[in-house]
Amino acid sequence: MEKRITTPLTAEVTKDLHVGDNVLLTGVIYTGRDAAHKRLVELLEQGKELPVDLTDGIIYYVGPAPAQPGQVIGSAGPTTSYRMDAYAPALLDLGLKGMIGKGKRSAEVVESMKKNDAIYFGAIGGCGALLAKCIKKAEIVAYEDLGAEAIRRLEVEDLPLTVIIDSEGNNQYELGRKEFLAMEK
Amino acid sequence: MKEIKAEQITQVVRDLCIEANCHLPKDVQEAITTCKACEPFPIAQTILGKIEENFNIADQDNVPICQDTGLACVFLEIGQDVHIEGDLKSAVNEGVRRGYVEGYLRKSCVKDPIDRVNTGDNTPAVLYVDIVPGDEVHITVAPKGFGSENMSQIKMLKPSDGLQGVKDFIVKVVEEAGPNPCPPIVVGVGIGGTFDKAAYLAKKALMRPVDERNANPFYADLEKEMLEKVNALGIGPQGFGGQTTALAVNIETLPTHIAGLPCAVNINCHVTRHKSAVL
Repeated sequence: MEKRITTPLTAEVTKDLHVGDNVLLTGVIYTGRDAAHKRLVELLEQGKELPVDLTDGIIYYVGPAPAQPGQVIGSAGPTTSYRMDAYAPALLDLGLKGMIGKGKRSAEVVESMKKNDAIYFGAIGGCGALLAKCIKKAEIVAYEDLGAEAIRRLEVEDLPLTVIIDSEGNNQYELGRKEFLAMEK
Repeated sequence: MKEIKAEQITQVVRDLCIEANCHLPKDVQEAITTCKACEPFPIAQTILGKIEENFNIADQDNVPICQDTGLACVFLEIGQDVHIEGDLKSAVNEGVRRGYVEGYLRKSCVKDPIDRVNTGDNTPAVLYVDIVPGDEVHITVAPKGFGSENMSQIKMLKPSDGLQGVKDFIVKVVEEAGPNPCPPIVVGVGIGGTFDKAAYLAKKALMRPVDERNANPFYADLEKEMLEKVNALGIGPQGFGGQTTALAVNIETLPTHIAGLPCAVNINCHVTRHKSAVL
């Protein structure tokens, strides 16, 4: 059973999403990974405005491959999320409601997600060719000098995601492994 | 003495960069399909199906399997009866530059590890050169993604830690990596040599087809045992649970010092890419 959701990702929607849910996401999301996060948080520390509005927004941790002629974007799967853990709570406090990536998150990020009603979604790592097909439009909106790491505004249609950590802090990595091991006994 | 022009090496490296990134080796494809058939956990089956769908799209459309098209690791085995006309290292880097620019591959290399400015063309390559008998040049390009590279570890075990110490370390590295390196993974293990050689062996181990066991029966059995042990962890595809945590454990060994037992574990994701050619 897949849930269809659209952006903006409000607290009303995130409270209704639960660990393990398969989701098809449609709407506008922003890309950002290591270097872009560093710059965003440096701006916040200086009390300056960010180049994108993250209220009820979603950041996809991805550095896409370049588009071939005729393509909207090159392969675009998730990068490992823990490298953004140092920066994520500051953005969640600003109103960011969703993060798309893969891999574990820190206790600090999970606490911040609970406080801010946010969701951590997983996209399938290593499936960049498949996921790129769900991206209908892509444009750079900040930090063009960062190349693959620039912030892009993406319009996505039915992007397949799984809720890895919900707004109550339930974690698919822990639950899935436990369920499998119990089944094997 | 056979003459090979540096320009020929450039062309081959260029082509291998593109082919390796778009076409998953058949042995890895088959291992994923076989694991899907044996996987008892429903969510794991679904993910393995998506992974198959993804490498088929990449294969047909000539697009990168994964957006992380890696650092370009290039392995050259140069026959001692070959003379290369021109600058070999520059020729390899020019091949990487052309492959990554002309092939629309992602440029993921920063010039300095601290100030982190992108080189813009994915050079320089990580180049390994070995001199071998004969008059051929064997070239392998293995783009290495860093989601999995970051989960790799090395440990200077004591001789008294022995076989059990090696086994425990391999399982520990895979368990700590958990969902981060995009399981199902391939586990490359290097045992022996020095600190640096153990790491090199672990990387070399990832070049071996996943369906080919170590020629030494003792290590072939150890590979099978370790695959069972890491798959018993239950991490599963993407870390969502399941038995398919790894597709293979490949072990390579070298003689070592009387005081040491170096053990390196190099993790690769399910996009374990490498492509070879002979000049």
